[in-house]
Amino acid sequence: MLVARYQQPMLRLARSMVPTQAVAEEVVQDTWMGVVRGIERFEGRASFKTWLYRILANRARSACPREHEHTPFESLHAVDPLRFDAQGQWADPLDRWTEESDDRLEAATWAPILKSGLDALPPRQREVVVLRDLEGLSSDEVCAVLGISGGNQRILLHRGRSRLREILEAELRKV
Amino acid sequence: MLSLRRRDIVCQQAVELVTDYLEGALSRRDRRRFERHLRACPNCTGYLEQIKMTIELTGEIEPDDLSPRAKADLTELYRRWRSE
Repeated sequence: MLVARYQQPMLRLARSMVPTQAVAEEVVQDTWMGVVRGIERFEGRASFKTWLYRILANRARSACPREHEHTPFESLHAVDPLRFDAQGQWADPLDRWTEESDDRLEAATWAPILKSGLDALPPRQREVVVLRDLEGLSSDEVCAVLGISGGNQRILLHRGRSRLREILEAELRKV
Repeated sequence: MLSLRRRDIVCQQAVELVTDYLEGALSRRDRRRFERHLRACPNCTGYLEQIKMTIELTGEIEPDDLSPRAKADLTELYRRWRSE
């Protein structure tokens, strides 16, 4: 079932690109309409999924054109510079997540925190992280879907993942 | 991202290279420098582990359920598409 297989990932991607669930559902529906009517032709140059997501991304963009991609906070650093000393070394030891906190890192516990973390990312970063780390697309596929360069894709991925790590770290310190 | 002119890198540079490292996008020289730094630095090794775990946990996020209306619409669309 084509729709059953793709509808949820498509909705999730749409949701990462537009402000509300309702608009996301419209975008997904609109994408299928395009597919049904054969407006967008699949030429077999990309994988079916890449082609479908690309239509979706274009429709999401035209549904909600972004005048300015500004967010209240966008750090250019993977890690807060205050965490390092004057020589650029970690000022304090980093918590080890793997050894001591395995049981605290249950996916179900952190999913809501990561979800709201994703929502708070700048849109471009969110799109890349959703496609790479949730949908499991390759970097080449993400570049094709979003129409960005490999270098740009890596920068967006880097910032997005770094921010999510930061959020998890802050939450783990509360435990 | 960062270009590495010096022979050795410090932690603040290493954390900026993590994604390029995981993506296989570092030059051979930079990758060697990065790996050399990791071998000597438990904190940055731990940082890389944290990033990997973040990626893993992000992958576990379940999609939100579609609203019943959207599901019905999509099923209808699919039915029409198959019949055309």
